[in-house]
Amino acid sequence: MSNPSLINSPALDNWIKLDADGTVHVCSGKVDIGQRISTALGVLVGEELEIDPARIVVDPPDTSYPDEGMTSGSNSMMHSGNAVRAAAATARRHLLTRAAAKLGSGVDALVMDDGLISIRDTNQSVTYREVLDNATFGIAVDPDVTLKSPADYRWIGKDSKPRNLRDMVTGAMIYLHDMVLPEMRHARCVRPPNRLARLVSLSAEKVARLEAEGITLIRDGSFLAVVGDDEYLVIRAAERLARAATWDGATINAADLYGQLTSNPRESRPVVDGTPQDAPVPPLHEPPANAALTHAARYDKPYIMHGSIGPSVAAAKADGVGGLEIWTHSQGIQPLKTSISEALGITPDNLLIQHVPGAGCYGHNGADDAAFDAALIALALPGRPVLLKWTRDDEHAWEPYASAMSMELRASLDTDGAVIDWSHECYSDTHLGRPRPMLGGEGASRLLAALHLENPAPPFRPNPSMSSHAGLHRNIDPYYTFPAVRAIKNLVRDLPLRTSALRCLGGYANIFALESMMDELARHTDADPVAFRLRHLDDPRARNVIEAAADGIGWSKDRDDGVGRGIAFSRYCNCKTYTAIAIELTVNDVAEIEICKAVCAADAGEVVDTAGLSMQLEGGVLQAISWTLYEEVLFDQDGINSRDWETYPILTFAQAPPVDVIILDRPGAPHLGAGEASSEPVAAAIANALFDAAGIRARRLPMTPYNLRQAAMYGDG
Amino acid sequence: MMSISLQVNGETHAIDVDPATPLLFVLRNYLGLTGAKLGCGLEQCGACAVLVDGQSTLSCSRAVSEFQGKVIATVESLAHGDQMSRVQQAFVGAGAAQCGYCIPGFVVAVTGMLESDPNPDAEAIQEALSSHLCRCGSHGRIKAAIDSLVGPRDAS
Ligand code: FES
Ligand code: FES
Repeated sequence: MSNPSLINSPALDNWIKLDADGTVHVCSGKVDIGQRISTALGVLVGEELEIDPARIVVDPPDTSYPDEGMTSGSNSMMHSGNAVRAAAATARRHLLTRAAAKLGSGVDALVMDDGLISIRDTNQSVTYREVLDNATFGIAVDPDVTLKSPADYRWIGKDSKPRNLRDMVTGAMIYLHDMVLPEMRHARCVRPPNRLARLVSLSAEKVARLEAEGITLIRDGSFLAVVGDDEYLVIRAAERLARAATWDGATINAADLYGQLTSNPRESRPVVDGTPQDAPVPPLHEPPANAALTHAARYDKPYIMHGSIGPSVAAAKADGVGGLEIWTHSQGIQPLKTSISEALGITPDNLLIQHVPGAGCYGHNGADDAAFDAALIALALPGRPVLLKWTRDDEHAWEPYASAMSMELRASLDTDGAVIDWSHECYSDTHLGRPRPMLGGEGASRLLAALHLENPAPPFRPNPSMSSHAGLHRNIDPYYTFPAVRAIKNLVRDLPLRTSALRCLGGYANIFALESMMDELARHTDADPVAFRLRHLDDPRARNVIEAAADGIGWSKDRDDGVGRGIAFSRYCNCKTYTAIAIELTVNDVAEIEICKAVCAADAGEVVDTAGLSMQLEGGVLQAISWTLYEEVLFDQDGINSRDWETYPILTFAQAPPVDVIILDRPGAPHLGAGEASSEPVAAAIANALFDAAGIRARRLPMTPYNLRQAAMYGDG
Repeated sequence: MMSISLQVNGETHAIDVDPATPLLFVLRNYLGLTGAKLGCGLEQCGACAVLVDGQSTLSCSRAVSEFQGKVIATVESLAHGDQMSRVQQAFVGAGAAQCGYCIPGFVVAVTGMLESDPNPDAEAIQEALSSHLCRCGSHGRIKAAIDSLVGPRDAS
């Protein structure tokens, strides 16, 4: 088994520690971003070491912990989970072997329980600490170690108590937003009107007045911030500073976004089995001679945002002699460290980055940019720490969005109604704008404020990612068994907004297109959409989730008047969790969609934390319902117009439908990443249900009343 | 600056602060009560809700001076020692939190709702939570927590 986490950090002592009173600590480089990874890691270690998982301490990471890169792409359980599990199983084997020698007994006669190893039916025992002679393990993790068998599980797959839940409901949980450091001051930034605008001048008189009131102004090029002791006075000062600034009037190209997507310069790569190829793009040939039906359609998705409920925040302190400490809720503190040290020209040894929990972020939101903002401010004012908060306006207008995308599909069926030819091209900006490790000088380009400095970093110019399912081509490759597939990714240049990773990356839009197309084909041939999918699937686990979702929504039962049903499927990255979503909805006479019910059937391999998994799946469905029905970043040439929750509405409590989660557990099978899987098929399931209810084919997101009316007027059904 | 007298969680505080400062910042930065969260500062998300004379109230925009003479209770006051309130227990029982950032606001809103109407119908529940957003998709779990307190209500 090759696990990147173990290759980077092979020593068992990097993963598991026994402290003086025997408490077991797990050290993982993964940060807990509300997906309860720490709960799951505690369960895995507790299971192997026979200790109640609630008593396993999962330490929050800083940059001295195992380098696991990014907490993203649903990799936490696949990498960290499997690494921690292997570490714990190695520890178990090591403890039992040494205890056998110490107690003069065979390993088979030993029982392990709650910190104690004893010879069965005797009172001879040693503690785990004694077995180690109070030292560390001093061995490497064996990636191929035998794991405890599912038949012996005590905790895996049971509902475990989420960590921190109690603190969350009592208000005791400390987020980075709540942190108080000695002598701490507050800061806010003042941003340009848009990405390209630059500062021309500041009114000296207004600035002098602010300074006379005890506010400190930071300026480097077009990067502006205010610092002071009282948070509210700092907020007011930022508003006043914004009015004191004159910008150069540069504009962004806001005209015809979907036209830009397919006509701007681009770099194109064919994608084979999920992996982009360094090869010429094959032309779209004529449909095969035996095609009985050929159908083509284009699908569009706007820019959408992460929209964390807690705006990004960071704290930083410079010691004045070269050292810099940063507190962040970034998902990747090691890569952030590389980028910031490159951007500031500080050696990594002088930079310590600590992770403190923030609000849910769902990908690369403003967290990393805020960390860099705080670093710039702290360096300008060494000695006292600063806590920089982005405002709601900052978060909405400056977080790196999920790119707008267009997908052009064409499929041909034979006389028997089977797919014989398939083409899918997607057009998008990058989804990979995160700070990355080992950049070699370009780290700064990925940090927002670096573009605004007096000596700005060059604009970030992504290269097409060539990794499997990595970015805009995630899930472009159908999981269905089709005899001929042409899949093309187009990385589009010169688009108006800054973009990066949001849950599912390109997969959300690609599956919207793919699974809508499957529905269109089924309807064109009067095939049942469930049966049509099943006939093109060989993998029984894929078939099982589709059948389970169909059952859950009552697919074969009669529906009430006006109610539409739709289904969609994906296997995340074609190698992770299987998910099928079934939706029941109605449309009212002002073209608003009301979702009555959603069913999510998922197979994520062996389930460690059932409650946690089901909550993540449910959360992913609800967030994607929100994207699909309501969300679109609005902008014009002067800048972003979606600047708060009224101009960028998201799903409300009243609009949230019940979600039935059906988990198909596979004890003993590898853990498949599940953090993002359930969002992918949601848009198509809704589009397909909408067609079922109203005969309208929605090919442009979001499915607002306006877009539905357009589709009803100009669509071809 | 002005001295503001504020009654919070059963204690009276005299605070020297700009009277225009929104209540939330006084609670968090002057009294160390960080349970109420800053989410938008625009009365649009509900993260900052506290109880004012028993009613769930957004604290991020209205000036602290408006709250003199009122009884303010924050999420921190709802548990008694180790004993969580009924509402808090219901949230824990339903697993109603992912990142948890929105949750104190929801707990306060549900507490305030039940204080004025122990038997709310579906519409009253939706009304009570209409200014509360959750981005993690904990809506269903929050509904389950409320159902466990008042019994399931059919939305009409
Ligand atoms: S912070 Fe008060 S409503 Fe959002
Ligand atoms: S639990 Fe994260 S915003 Fe609600």
